Amino acid sequence: MPTDTSNVAFVRTETLPEKAPPASETGIVKWLRENLFAGWANSLLTLLAIWAIYIILSSILPWLFGGLWTTSSLSECREILQGRVGGCFSVLTERWNQLLYGFKYPNDQYWRPNLALVLLFFAAAPVLFFDLPRKLLIFTGLYPFLAFWLIWGGAIAVPIVALLGVVAGYVVFDRLGKQTFAGGFFGGIAAAILVWVLGMALIPETASENALLESVPSRDLGGFMLNLMLGVTCVSLSLPIGIALALGRQSNMPLIKWICVVFIEFIRGVPLITLLFVASVMLSYFFPPESTVDLFLRVVIMITVFSAAYIAEVIRGGLAALPKGQYEAADSLGLDYPQAMQLIILPQALKISIPGIVNVAVGLFKDTTLVSVISMFDLVGMIRGPILASTEWNGVYWELLGFAAALFFVVCYGISQYSQWLERRLATDHR
Amino acid sequence: MAEAAQMTVSDEVAISIENMNKWYGTFHVLRDIDLTVYRGERIVICGPSGSGKSTLIRCINALEEHQQGSITVDGTLLSSDIKNIDVIRSEVGMCFQHFNLFPHLTILENCTLAPIWVRKIPKKEAEETAMHFLEKVKIPEQADKYPGQLSGGQQQRVAIARSLCMKPRIMLFDEPTSALDPEMIKEVLDTMIELAEEGMTMLCVTHEMGFARQVANRVIFMDQGQIVEQNEPEPFFSNPQSDRTKLFLSQILGH
Repeated sequence: MPTDTSNVAFVRTETLPEKAPPASETGIVKWLRENLFAGWANSLLTLLAIWAIYIILSSILPWLFGGLWTTSSLSECREILQGRVGGCFSVLTERWNQLLYGFKYPNDQYWRPNLALVLLFFAAAPVLFFDLPRKLLIFTGLYPFLAFWLIWGGAIAVPIVALLGVVAGYVVFDRLGKQTFAGGFFGGIAAAILVWVLGMALIPETASENALLESVPSRDLGGFMLNLMLGVTCVSLSLPIGIALALGRQSNMPLIKWICVVFIEFIRGVPLITLLFVASVMLSYFFPPESTVDLFLRVVIMITVFSAAYIAEVIRGGLAALPKGQYEAADSLGLDYPQAMQLIILPQALKISIPGIVNVAVGLFKDTTLVSVISMFDLVGMIRGPILASTEWNGVYWELLGFAAALFFVVCYGISQYSQWLERRLATDHR
Repeated sequence: MAEAAQMTVSDEVAISIENMNKWYGTFHVLRDIDLTVYRGERIVICGPSGSGKSTLIRCINALEEHQQGSITVDGTLLSSDIKNIDVIRSEVGMCFQHFNLFPHLTILENCTLAPIWVRKIPKKEAEETAMHFLEKVKIPEQADKYPGQLSGGQQQRVAIARSLCMKPRIMLFDEPTSALDPEMIKEVLDTMIELAEEGMTMLCVTHEMGFARQVANRVIFMDQGQIVEQNEPEPFFSNPQSDRTKLFLSQILGH
């Protein structure tokens, strides 16, 4: 400013040099002032929070870092600790394999589920990240059969026949589906079943005895592996079924509509645990005594059916949120129903439904621990059963259940992060 | 553009509607509609809201179902047969009041989707056609943007280009400028005028009477689900016959 205030006219002749802002407006000081000490109430809350964090950490950290990892029983832990605070994490190291694979899976075969898990990432990648080349989806299509063979072992002919059945079903659907959808749909299912029945009849009884991979029955599966298997299988099955149910519920054909409505409402009205009991106990009353429908399969069906009903309702919400104009625009361009759904309606409806679907998926994954109630030895089943019941580890609760919580947290947090990335990636509305 | 109104109209019938009736529940929305549209005709349909004018053109590409009478488009009788409906829809382009672009697809993808999936045109060729029509509506530079990034007028022009990419023989416009700011109306009308000059058969529900005067070779006035009056634009505006038409015109031209 000019010093002579009587002179109003003013011309700047040189540019003022840039000055550093005051210390209270930059860096950590500014951040602290704005976020932690913006007022007396805010400062008080900050101090209270720091105190609470201190209390929590001061009891957890010594327990975590003072813990023992190499003892062979809880009583040995207690002897060494002598009343000092410290976790007895030796149970995790000693029972590591049991926690992950259950207690019956053959020890020398652990590489098989491990390989299946590694391959799962390759199979899931092109589905989750659609910027990857679409040709990778071929591996995704083959993966279920490969994983089945790796985990259960036995005759390689079984997954091959299963794959052939699916291929036959698809070919028939593709041929007949061009004329009428219903013809293709039922024709495809009939062809698949025909191939399966014929194929299974052709496989000799003894095929699994000297197979390349030793056969492991379903009841020998367990641990966190079982949770992951149930979670992955059921989520990937219930999403397409849920979409079909949601579309079916909107159908103009009364029969299809009512089948879907009754199915969804019935399943939603029943607790999952009831369905699991039906799977483990009741279903065997309905099948002929000599037929042995695998317990794993029965449980997969029940969990899938359960979450499909929920996903269907989530997607119905997404469909309802779409403006009617989108349907009309698709119609007016001459797109037929499958094209309109695949290209216009579902991409948008599913995008809207992502948070809800992820909610169901995370819930489903955690609900797989309910199978411990019907005496399957998943992670929680292993902890509650063989491990806590053993004389060495009777009474080690925090370490075991904390470990289980940590495993589930990692997976669920991963799912949630993925869904947030997906929502950002798909955001095209620029609001 | 004054010659637009004198453009040739062939005697080939494009759309013929005979004795068509439609009800919403018990409400009789369209009553005994008889209308023949010749190829190359540009028809403006006007009338108060609720008069059934939108419903009428939505019946032509089966977005609404009619219950009585017949609609024949390009020689194809509109029935409940889905095959016929799809044939008609791919021959008839439609523009909506609220554009109804697909927000999850880019402008270019919006324009190529139907040609690729319905007409089975190779992607490359469809993209060339799309760019041609985007240039025609003067927004080729927006091809890679999403609809949400465009102004209303631009979106409506994309919607017109999207319809044109299907190479329709008839275009339906359902109040294409009603959701636009005044300064964007002109750019959309200019596009439509250009289209009319090229001889496209057009049915246009609109309140833009200037457009009607300039482009239409027939103006239809509807009220309470009936065609009350139709005439060439000059006599229609200067010498309306029915009292209802007079009242309507005095209200929309009065200021």
